[in-house]
Amino acid sequence: MSAAASLPHDAARQHVSGSARYVDDIPTPQGTLHLAFGLSSCAAGQIKSVDLDAVRAYPGVHLVLEAKDLPHANDVSPSAHDEPLFADGRVHYAGQPIFLVVADSHHLARRAARLAKIEITAELAILTIDQALAAESRFEDGPRIYTKGNAANAMPDAAHRLQGQINLGGQEHFYLEGQAALALAGDHGDMVIHSSTQHPTEIQHKVAEALNIAQHAVRVEVRRMGGGFGGKESQGNALAVACALAASFTGRPCKMRYDRDDDFIITGKRHDCRIDYHVSFDDNGRVQALEFTHYFRCGWALDLSLPVADRAMLHADNAYDLPHVTITSHRLKTNTQSATAFRGFGGPQGMVGIERVMDHIAHSLACDPADVRRRNYYPEMTCEPAAHPSITPYQMEVTDFILGDMTDSLLQRCDYHARKAEVARWNGQNTLLKRGIAFSPVKFGISFTLTHLNQAGALVQIYTDGSVLINHGGTEMGQGLFQKLTQVAARSLGAQQAVIRASATDTSKVPNTSATAASSGADLNGMAVQAACETLIGRLKDHLAEQYGVNATEISFAEGQVTAPGLSLTWQEMIASAYQARISLSATGFYKTPNIAWDRIKGAGRPFLYFAYGAAVTEVVIDTLTGENRILRCDILHDCGASLNPALDIGQIEGGFVQGAGWLTMEELVWDAAGHLKTHAPSTYKIPACSDRPEVFNVDLWPGQNSQKTVYRSKAVGEPPFMHGISAFLALSNAVAACGPQYPDLQAPATSEEVFNAIARARASTP
Amino acid sequence: MNMSFLLNGTLVSVAPKIGSETLLDYLRLEANLCGTKEGCNEGDCGACTVIVTQQDGVPRPMNACILFLPQLQGCSVRTVEGLAGPDGALHPVQEAMITHHGAQCGFCTPGFVTTMAATHATGETDFDAALAGNLCRCTGYAPIIRAAQAAAQVPAPAWMNERPEPQALQSCDDIFCPQSSDELAQWYARNPDATLIAGGTDVGLWVTKNMQDLGPVAFVSHAKDLRQIRDETDSLRIGAAVTITNLMQAIRPLSASAHQLFSRYGSPQVRNAATIGGNIANGSPIGDGSPALIAMGARLVLRHADARRSLDLEDFFLAYQQQDRRPGEFVESIELPKAQDRLRCYKLSKRFDQDISALCGCFKLEQEAGVITQARIAFGGMAATPARAVKTEAALCGQPWSLETFEQAKAALAEDFTPLSDMRASAGYRRQAASNMLIRYFYDLQESTVNIREVHP
Repeated sequence: MSAAASLPHDAARQHVSGSARYVDDIPTPQGTLHLAFGLSSCAAGQIKSVDLDAVRAYPGVHLVLEAKDLPHANDVSPSAHDEPLFADGRVHYAGQPIFLVVADSHHLARRAARLAKIEITAELAILTIDQALAAESRFEDGPRIYTKGNAANAMPDAAHRLQGQINLGGQEHFYLEGQAALALAGDHGDMVIHSSTQHPTEIQHKVAEALNIAQHAVRVEVRRMGGGFGGKESQGNALAVACALAASFTGRPCKMRYDRDDDFIITGKRHDCRIDYHVSFDDNGRVQALEFTHYFRCGWALDLSLPVADRAMLHADNAYDLPHVTITSHRLKTNTQSATAFRGFGGPQGMVGIERVMDHIAHSLACDPADVRRRNYYPEMTCEPAAHPSITPYQMEVTDFILGDMTDSLLQRCDYHARKAEVARWNGQNTLLKRGIAFSPVKFGISFTLTHLNQAGALVQIYTDGSVLINHGGTEMGQGLFQKLTQVAARSLGAQQAVIRASATDTSKVPNTSATAASSGADLNGMAVQAACETLIGRLKDHLAEQYGVNATEISFAEGQVTAPGLSLTWQEMIASAYQARISLSATGFYKTPNIAWDRIKGAGRPFLYFAYGAAVTEVVIDTLTGENRILRCDILHDCGASLNPALDIGQIEGGFVQGAGWLTMEELVWDAAGHLKTHAPSTYKIPACSDRPEVFNVDLWPGQNSQKTVYRSKAVGEPPFMHGISAFLALSNAVAACGPQYPDLQAPATSEEVFNAIARARASTP
Repeated sequence: MNMSFLLNGTLVSVAPKIGSETLLDYLRLEANLCGTKEGCNEGDCGACTVIVTQQDGVPRPMNACILFLPQLQGCSVRTVEGLAGPDGALHPVQEAMITHHGAQCGFCTPGFVTTMAATHATGETDFDAALAGNLCRCTGYAPIIRAAQAAAQVPAPAWMNERPEPQALQSCDDIFCPQSSDELAQWYARNPDATLIAGGTDVGLWVTKNMQDLGPVAFVSHAKDLRQIRDETDSLRIGAAVTITNLMQAIRPLSASAHQLFSRYGSPQVRNAATIGGNIANGSPIGDGSPALIAMGARLVLRHADARRSLDLEDFFLAYQQQDRRPGEFVESIELPKAQDRLRCYKLSKRFDQDISALCGCFKLEQEAGVITQARIAFGGMAATPARAVKTEAALCGQPWSLETFEQAKAALAEDFTPLSDMRASAGYRRQAASNMLIRYFYDLQESTVNIREVHP
């Protein structure tokens, strides 16, 4: 059936032939102007003077704008109206835009921007977690706290206790296509925006605010992004608003794209954080009580930091049924880029916290860490209602847990136990090099935690030749959403795949969309497309019943053929017939996720419709002389429910693992003492390259289906596999542990230098 | 100046206004070929990869973002738009990328398929090495490698064979394309403030990132004699404009270890453009070439007009970004001794491929009857210049070949260098890892496994 077929990405042919257009490739009208921001070089201070005379005088410059020139809202924040497009009086991080140059070319605009003379009275910048805590520099009044049971009271009840801390670095998205936008002014002051964004509706709203026009006057179109990963959920606002303003001022088309260094320096990244833990457990490693304290470095503006830090708390349990737990989360405000969404949205950080605890417990008991994990799992899903419901730290019952079976299956198919013994044997024979192997599970909650975002719309149009155009609120960033949704439409309509096409996401076709984020793209928009298709099928059945005298319940639609007792039509014949009979051949569809409700202040409710599961085993080798390391092998078993397209899902899993492993190993962001980002280009910020992927890399899908009524019982796949990268980090910890008696206390990212330092800790005579 | 090159099989003539117009800008802004993407504009991501075929007929991937148009005189350039056949049939690597789901967002894909097509044409099958200069953030690379492996089973299409005809070259005052080192020597002596450009992989960034106006420039790689490698019995004489790719081939029979080090120098795209003379003359404190060449005992020939002088490579580096090169003088060639059996090169970086060294240590110790008789040890990343570890060498010479000797030499190494902390590594780590490289060298020559790349699942 087409909805489950491994069809290629809908634009695969365009991708490989170079004809797939991204924003910067769209042919622009003559007279298009190009934009560049002038940036603050100071992390915190008061702007004393801004002299832009030389910028204005530079040949080819048409317009220069700063905060005082803006006619309306000076804000590009996605949440709290705390993010001015241009610094207004104060600067809050090194890299903050202060002014805008509008010039004949991209290069001229960039050159001119460097000629500004800006004086800033520098103030003491708050850069680190400790500095922010000392200064009480935070978002929200105080920490958020979610609890289950009573961790403080229960802590002394168990035989063993451990305390520890793990620092987790941030992560640059490094979407290959940098941020970009193009604005074209139309009649009545209308504005058409092409943006590389995961959230066209938010672009529409911010442009409307900046121009003080109604939302219906702004149309945002997104055909595709060259990668997003969360980095284009809110970070494209500034470029789109700048283009719209410049287009409004000049009447000319305006385009802006960040040079890669600017992209690094201006835009937000994954939140770095510190997690403190205090745990008590029995002789088998079963957790009794656990206290986590999360310290999230959110940067200068709120952006999406609250839901990101919330989701970290919501994944602090990962796969484990914790009797007594307290999670305390501090959201710290610092003079750095405003940290933003990144695949997993805080979930990975929370999950590393608990996986670290499991690793630490297993080391202290000299147990197999996979066994310790199994002993702490939530109970497996059964057909019977559970006698004692298993409840997360946020009071949601876990009813679809399948990791017990998945773990058994994975450990067996990758020969975990024998390989673990072989690693130990090998390590006994090698002094300079050591291997390590580790297992980690993933349980990831699916739904936006901001409940109202869990809605989607679609528009399905059938033309008289039988071709079908679908449009929906989701954006294509490489994940293959358009392909999946055309497959959903083909299956829902019983039409052939070839007659169906998805068109660019367009706020004038489907309004009020949510960001394509939280792994929700196919879940939400797929259901909306299906709903629209069902409306159309209903009309077509009624038409056939009336026209041909067949029983509507006996009509079947499959692969472009319409059949009923005594009737056989092609899809095209039926559509032609329906058109002649004046049947409406377009329909909208709408979906809202049922059964979810969440109170983020209390930390209680059902934030997720369901969980997606997965498990990974990774093996690594380290060099004890230098800490150099590499991934040798990775085996993953992942749950996509009844996959809509196994090939695309496996692509998400393979890519997610490598990206997740990159975050925890080689990808390191470094700021200097003045708050300047020193790793602002691929020359200094290293994402995994080809040879960094596992030499042996086996990915399998778990043959199951979603217990919830999602689109064809599939499960979301965007974010969950990212966290399989945790197994690579744990494998490094395991290899380091082979060097000495102490717990390695490995910090992230585990660069060669960090692995080297951990080896020294492992070898120490005392912890 | 006027210049011409084949672009997707069609001869195009252009008259660059300035010497620093990049091929990428030409393709995207003038030729309306937007398939070639700008990912980083510094030659580190490969999204702008195009295939450049010079008169030797070998197709090579290069980064269009840091290729200046005058470098392409007389070459053939094939972009992603030029990979399909005249009848629109996709190239086998394009077909395989579709079949194996090798593209997700598609933005890096044009760069991948051009690199893959060049690799396909030469029959190379070490795809990790061939694709080390192309970054992908979506796929995790596995499906791309599967595609490359599948395409390798299909013969290269005929339309990919091309050997461009030599084209007449017209220099102008500010954009000089010398045909020989003699021409260059005379012109440079008259224009000592000019910028010499060979591969452009460093100067390219002065333009794309620093937005510098270069003024008068000479494209030295057009001088044929500067691109030659001459065998001189006990040594090789390597012209300054020999690319790293060609240098690697020459070094391979001398030292597998040096070959491996150079195989981690930039990426295939960078090595196909970058030259050894450029690498030395720019004097980077962490330039990956120099520590190896110093340990190998390389000597440098500098030329001003008709005057030449030669010196040990280590003496060329005076201080941070300051070299012993006088106005109008240029690096003409490098003399490299052939005997390199005991050379070992160790590069430490955050990423194995296409990364700049945090630390690069190169060792060459001779021994007779169990006693160390000679030592050449050079490091990059430990000081303001690539430099020899003089005290360490002295501490080792005359000592027995034993682990204890190497352990003791660590103290001398601590006196040789006072490294700095930066975004690549801390000073302390550099110091400790450098001294551990001494230990690795000992074990390496005992033929123990010391390389994690030699461990397989």
